[in-house]
Amino acid sequence: MIDLLGITKTYTTGAQSLQVLKGVDLAVETGELVAIMGSSGSGKSTLLNILGLLDGYDEGMYRLDGKNMAQLTERRAAELRREMLGFVFQSFNLIGFKSAAENVALPLYYQKVPRKERLRRSHELLERVGLLEWADHLPSQMSGGQKQRVAIARALAAQPRVILADEPTGALDSTTSEEVMVLLKELNGDGMTMVVVTHEAEIAAECQRTIRLRDGLVETGAHV
Amino acid sequence: MRWWERDPWLELAQVLLRNPFRTLLSSLGVGWGLFMILITVGASNGLEEGVKADMGNRVKNSAFLWGESTSLPYKGYARGRGIVLTTMDVAFLEENATTLEAVAPRNQLGGWRGGNNVTHGLKTAACGVYGDMPVYKDIDPIVIMEGRYINERDLEDRRKVAVIGKRVRQLLFDREEQVLGSHIQIQGVTFTVVGVYRSQQTGEDAEESENSIFTPYTTFNHAFHMGDRVGWLSLLIREDVPGDTAVAEVLRLLKAQKSVHPDDPRGFGHWSMAEMHEEMTTVFSAFRWVSFVFGGLALFAGVIGIMNIMLITIKERTRELGVRRALGATPANIVVQIMVETLTLTVLAGLVGGIFGVATLEALDAFLAASEDNGIFRHPHVTLDVLLTALGTMTVLGAFAGVLPALRALRVEPVEALRT
Repeated sequence: MIDLLGITKTYTTGAQSLQVLKGVDLAVETGELVAIMGSSGSGKSTLLNILGLLDGYDEGMYRLDGKNMAQLTERRAAELRREMLGFVFQSFNLIGFKSAAENVALPLYYQKVPRKERLRRSHELLERVGLLEWADHLPSQMSGGQKQRVAIARALAAQPRVILADEPTGALDSTTSEEVMVLLKELNGDGMTMVVVTHEAEIAAECQRTIRLRDGLVETGAHV
Repeated sequence: MRWWERDPWLELAQVLLRNPFRTLLSSLGVGWGLFMILITVGASNGLEEGVKADMGNRVKNSAFLWGESTSLPYKGYARGRGIVLTTMDVAFLEENATTLEAVAPRNQLGGWRGGNNVTHGLKTAACGVYGDMPVYKDIDPIVIMEGRYINERDLEDRRKVAVIGKRVRQLLFDREEQVLGSHIQIQGVTFTVVGVYRSQQTGEDAEESENSIFTPYTTFNHAFHMGDRVGWLSLLIREDVPGDTAVAEVLRLLKAQKSVHPDDPRGFGHWSMAEMHEEMTTVFSAFRWVSFVFGGLALFAGVIGIMNIMLITIKERTRELGVRRALGATPANIVVQIMVETLTLTVLAGLVGGIFGVATLEALDAFLAASEDNGIFRHPHVTLDVLLTALGTMTVLGAFAGVLPALRALRVEPVEALRT
């Protein structure tokens, strides 16, 4: 599903330039649940940005579902993001003035799905994550765990090929973290490919494989 | 954006209502700007109508002409000779002028607003007394309330008849008294009252006009020893001839007739309703433009306010915009969203200001119409094209205000969503 070959990325600020990724090779197979670990500064955020098509890379090759992701325009990247990728963020990133159902329906809005169909699917997904009765609540009326489950439902809305989760339990206590992990594993069990970026060993332990990053290179776990 | 769908508008309502107080404050400027434009343009329209109504229904194509002293020597005459118009000049103009509908000589006892002792029984009044031709009624229209105006027979027979103004009647007669057929004395000469009139003008002019007495021109000259002297000429210009052309022709004819140097700027004085009217129209259109420019500046300031608040909200919504981008919003989606938000805010604010403006003018109009006093200010209003121009300008300005915030929103990268 995901193939990275010799990916490099350098950030230049003024006269200084910093090579964050120094040739990353890795592969994620369809249906896998993979954790990416690494200390801060190891380049895991940058890697996630590149995997999520939120940022470009300098050299190397990135193939997502067999398609080359080189030299994308902003517009094309946006299209690919909404068709192929679902995001789960550490701080949930729900839109505060929209209800849970509307938040879940948002990716479908950008896919030009008619409103009725959108709301039907968002209710289905909320039921899937066990929050149907919270459909009309605003994020501010929910707990952290509930918010993250809404965010996961949102990530699923566009029926992506891969879900990218950035520290999905980083803002949650251990009980709710466990609930969220159970949900993610259930979804993986249904066949969804997932990449979870984390620095918590317990979370990584629940994944099938851990890719360790160190100083811009993959240390272990690059392939199955 | 698919504008016919409900979602974008729901989205918009959510955004604008998230901070209703701030939305209200930031749109106040634009509303106020449009309000100002409508009020000032409406007021200047009202003033124009008032002034023009005050000039009365005095026929627009009338002019007045009188003799003055010359300023150039000519044909053996020294400069400074006083020109006196006579009945012969009237006949000459009637025969030779091609641009005139009618020529009416007038005479007056005393000067402008000169009071003359008029009595009826024990009552006395100071009024303006004029000698007039029947045609004068076409030049300075009045409304006959009772009886009739001067006619040709009066003129031929030098009848001692008088048409008196409403005010004169109040001063000389009791409320119930029979006016028509009764006698009044003007400087000791007895006249029979044959008509009462009121003015179509307003304010001081009406007062002056209704405090006057019209007598037949021939009777007047005879009774008050004017000989064939003419005080001044009232000219009724043909509808198809511009006022200044007619005045120029009359001056040329009279200068030749009275041996005045053709280039003499003096010798005759004249005053033309047409010129006056043109001047007024120019003044008021300038007035309207000034209103537009200043209102427009107020509107512009309001739009800058909206742009400013949009820039601030973009800053606040960085994360939201990043999330939208991460979820698949294209740059075009974001630009359209911000443009539509700004434009809607501007147009809504403008509409509210516009509605208030029109309502205020309507209320003022109703109030003025209800009050009896026909002052110099009447019927303030704006025409539809002014309204549409203002709304159109506002829409353009709104779109302009959206550009900068939209560009700022474009600079928000999807990576923002991942920042914690």
